[in-house]
Amino acid sequence: MLRIRNLQAGYGKLRVLRGVSLHVKEGEIVTLIGANGAGKTTLLHAITGLVAARGGEIQFGGTDLTRLAAYRIVGQGCALVPEGRQMFAVMTVDENLRLGAYSRQSRDSAGVEATLAQVYRLFPVLRERRKQYAGTLSGGEQRMVAIGRALMANPRLIMLDEPSMGLAPLVVKEIFRTITGLRATGVTILLVEQNAKAALSIADRGYVMETGTIFMEGAARDLLNNNDVQRAYLGKDYKSIGERNLPGNETQR
Amino acid sequence: MIYNRETETLPRNDLAQLQIERLQTTLNRVYRNVAFYRETFDRQRVDIEKIKSSDDLQRLPFTTKDDLRRSYPYGMFAVPLRDIVRLHASSGTTGQPIVVGYTRNDLNHWSEVVARTLFAAGVTEHDVVQIAFQYSLFTGGLGFHYGAERIGASVIPASSHTNATEQVMIMRDYKTSVLVTMPSHALALAEARDQLHLHPEALQLKIGIFGAEPWNEETRRHIEERLHITAYDAYGLTEIIGPGIAGECAQRTGLHINEDHFIAEVINPQTLAPAPAGETGELVFTTLTKEGFPLIRYRTGDRASLDPAPCACGRTLARMSRVSGRTDDLLIIRGVKLFPTQLQEIARTLGGIAPQMRVVLSRVNEEETLEIQVAFADDFGGLDEVRHVEQMRRNFAQRVENAIGITPKIVFLESATLHQSCGAKNLRVVDLRKG
Repeated sequence: MLRIRNLQAGYGKLRVLRGVSLHVKEGEIVTLIGANGAGKTTLLHAITGLVAARGGEIQFGGTDLTRLAAYRIVGQGCALVPEGRQMFAVMTVDENLRLGAYSRQSRDSAGVEATLAQVYRLFPVLRERRKQYAGTLSGGEQRMVAIGRALMANPRLIMLDEPSMGLAPLVVKEIFRTITGLRATGVTILLVEQNAKAALSIADRGYVMETGTIFMEGAARDLLNNNDVQRAYLGKDYKSIGERNLPGNETQR
Repeated sequence: MIYNRETETLPRNDLAQLQIERLQTTLNRVYRNVAFYRETFDRQRVDIEKIKSSDDLQRLPFTTKDDLRRSYPYGMFAVPLRDIVRLHASSGTTGQPIVVGYTRNDLNHWSEVVARTLFAAGVTEHDVVQIAFQYSLFTGGLGFHYGAERIGASVIPASSHTNATEQVMIMRDYKTSVLVTMPSHALALAEARDQLHLHPEALQLKIGIFGAEPWNEETRRHIEERLHITAYDAYGLTEIIGPGIAGECAQRTGLHINEDHFIAEVINPQTLAPAPAGETGELVFTTLTKEGFPLIRYRTGDRASLDPAPCACGRTLARMSRVSGRTDDLLIIRGVKLFPTQLQEIARTLGGIAPQMRVVLSRVNEEETLEIQVAFADDFGGLDEVRHVEQMRRNFAQRVENAIGITPKIVFLESATLHQSCGAKNLRVVDLRKG
């Protein structure tokens, strides 16, 4: 469904993505993990056209996204749930959600209502609070609004940027449960996370990004097994092959 | 039968995407974690960011057996030893062996690719699989073992220490249906069965999967007639992973390479230029998923050709031909690899032996034999006493056995006689096993 090859992007003189290749198949949950500053968000912004690609290809269902404007990309069925709680605090939950259908509003109001009903089924708590101002919701509920708003565009692929950020562990659990539930509705998911363990435990496959390149990829189960992933996640690094007092090997590489 | 249908029948376009993703991650990791690759890439000004498709592989330098020897034991490992859960080594070639390491994920992938090879030959969970490869540093035994277990077959780790008679008894009593070993060993087992006066039909054998030494269609027919089985060819190499690199499907028109884990190239060993599809040259492999011991463009020294055309079995994975020989003078006898120069080196350190040597490989009663013909040096003084000559013969044979694990027959000739059969060359290898 999504196929990226040798993608390069950056800001001014700063090269952030240095040739990234990855793909997401229909119906998959794929996670992209990595430390802060690895280039994960830039990748999402390049896919959605918020940052211009400087090289490489982004194919989405056969369309080359590198040539499309951001609003056209949403129309292709590719939606982004941005990092943080970016929503309109003084608008109600219902209004916030409806904004997500901006790209289809005029043509398809019946469809929009149907999707809204679906979102409320997925997040019953939002239905209860639909008249409340978004700013009065808890952190977890605000994440749900953000996800729901992206779903309102009726996307085939939804990309989530750090949905667990700033949330309490129990709430994170709930959000991840919802993401798994999303897949059951037929949406394909690209999940960007620093919380490697949580992301890998619900994903089919994963990619590990470091300094603008992919260092590892594989089945989520394999990546969970990989000590390098655990070390990267814990921010620890090992310098030497014989790091555990290998006799006769004092060389630091 | 296809073990992993999704992967083994992946459209070539999707496979290309998978390969480039994995090639790029492998390059990023070896550049960061393996000093040899970082230094080589830097010295040759290879920019790994320029590798944008598997066609760009040609921009990358080769890795040779010598590079691996120089890195003995752990220099080429890409992860710390605490992440390594298994070590193997290549069977004793000149001097330094090559040590390889596997992480838990590597073992997992290895089991998967071997399971594909076995399943393609028709092995299922209903089979009793007798593995008569050596269980040791050699990858044949444990490699096939894990793959057969992955399928769920009943696995007999018979190994090769067990003598041929015992192997046959196990085969009969345990109702072995699949034999995994070297082709030459399969023939030795057929011979042992005859000596026990067992009819082939007294056994339940139906499938044989053979590898670790070059063989040909004639040997295949011979084995199939002798053992009443269908015989399949499997290809593997310790440096790359062991068995599981490629194996035949029911069509038996080449060995499907597990291209989601390994990229194969064939090069002209002289010019090092890529050979066109179908042309025989030296096989070169790049690993795509190995964590412990990743290799970039490793020159195997094995001669074969590639066929990228789709196969009637439905697999989209390219096929390699049978290995038709070596690009160097490596000899493979009973699965053990040796260079004749190793034998010359042993003779030299022994003293009293002239430098000229003739090595004869033959097959006697289905068993491969190694005969070394040498002459005494002019200054050797012990010729007058028979026990000195016998002592020398024993020492020589023992040293060779210590080095390669095979006991040779040592024949002392008059230097004039030896000179006649060797000509001006100091070393002559005669292989009588073929045909």
